[in-house]
Amino acid sequence: MSIRGLFVITALACAASGCSSIEPWVKPYDRENLADPIMVFTRAPISQDFLDHVFESREGSRGATGGGGGGCGCN
Amino acid sequence: MANKVRARLWGFVITCCACTASQAGVLPEDRADVLYFRYDGGEVTINGPSMLVRKSIGEHVSVAANYYIDMVSSASIDVQTSASPYDDERTQSSLAVDFLHGKSTYSIGYVNSDESDYKAKTMFAAVSHDMFGDLTTVSFSFKNGKNDVFQNIKIDGIKQNDPNFNDGLGQAEMESKGYSVSVSQIITKNLVLAGQFEVITDEGFLRSPYRSVRFFIGTDAQGQQSEEYPNTRSSNAASIRAKYFLPWRAALDGMYRFYTDTWGIVGHTGELGYVHPLDRKFIGGDWIFEGRVRYYRQTAADFYADIFPRADFSNFMARDKELATYNAITAGVGATYEFKLERFPWLSKGQINLRYDHMMVNYDDFRDATFSIGKFGVAPENPLAPGTEPLYELRANIFQFYISAFF
Repeated sequence: MSIRGLFVITALACAASGCSSIEPWVKPYDRENLADPIMVFTRAPISQDFLDHVFESREGSRGATGGGGGGCGCN
Repeated sequence: MANKVRARLWGFVITCCACTASQAGVLPEDRADVLYFRYDGGEVTINGPSMLVRKSIGEHVSVAANYYIDMVSSASIDVQTSASPYDDERTQSSLAVDFLHGKSTYSIGYVNSDESDYKAKTMFAAVSHDMFGDLTTVSFSFKNGKNDVFQNIKIDGIKQNDPNFNDGLGQAEMESKGYSVSVSQIITKNLVLAGQFEVITDEGFLRSPYRSVRFFIGTDAQGQQSEEYPNTRSSNAASIRAKYFLPWRAALDGMYRFYTDTWGIVGHTGELGYVHPLDRKFIGGDWIFEGRVRYYRQTAADFYADIFPRADFSNFMARDKELATYNAITAGVGATYEFKLERFPWLSKGQINLRYDHMMVNYDDFRDATFSIGKFGVAPENPLAPGTEPLYELRANIFQFYISAFF
């Protein structure tokens, strides 16, 4: 088994076990820039929703435009 | 119409799910938006308002409601060669609820769309979870749409559903399901990445009741017949996007999406955006400017042709330009004016937004058949031979004006 394969299996096993020991490498107090409103992927949902409609109704492709947002989880 | 409604529904669902995916452990902020939009291109005009309100109820529930009206006036290239110009209106209403529990957010929603020849009902559900010190957000979503398709005809000048449509049934059905998984990952204190994979399956009546394909009769004449589509379609789309905070307080973002489906379409989408807030107030408020460029390219569906060799050439035949080979570039700019009103302390901030996009679509294998067929039944003075017409190009202007209030 290659080193890369071992790494992937280790990472998956770690994720499956809950990985409670992983320390966040970007601390909450280092997330000021990520929390800036300009860093949100979708700044105006009502506008993005309309534009997605325009593109999807004129293209054969569809889906995977939500991307998972952004933001920093700075709760 | 059918494709456009479906796209609209999916778009709303995607936006709702994206809201939760971004911050699973935090409810979206309370806000109200009123949008007026206008699309003008290819002799099609679509305009209307959209209203979106999101409000928290307590600390664990957030509700979003949207009402949207499409007013369409169409004399598109398809309509010119096989029908008459038409006006139509579509209304859409939707409701979504987010439940926050610890670092997880659970979302459910319902969308209803009503048009004279297309009625759609869609439900969706999503779950998002923050993990690894809130550096990672994982989301899963599911959506299911049930749609009824009709065909409009005019009887004694009155538009109504054709009772003979779909072999006398008067209507046809289509069901669509979508499954999505996405991951948002903080990489550094200035960089966030997000990836998504989505599978969508359609089953039922998937073509337009109105559109025709054309075929050669001999070498220099042509005829038309109805499109024939498969009854199923499954698609896979994978995207990755990044957003980077620049040292002078601005943001740069990029996106790439790969798409493939069982109809043979392969699509590539790339987008670059730049957001720049002014560092000083102007006219009493803050300003944010945005520029964006989007590139799209796709190959044609296996059963697409601009003109077929003969009538009934194959089981499936399409001439929908959205299934052709083409590329498109869309460039847009936007400006946001952000303000606060002392007399309304409950309003944390307000925004006035303007946005303009220009879309340029160049088709590789979709020709402007009005040069040979003519427009609305009127033949051209000097008709070109079928298959020798110039390739079609679409140019569209898209305007948006919207006001946002944050509470």
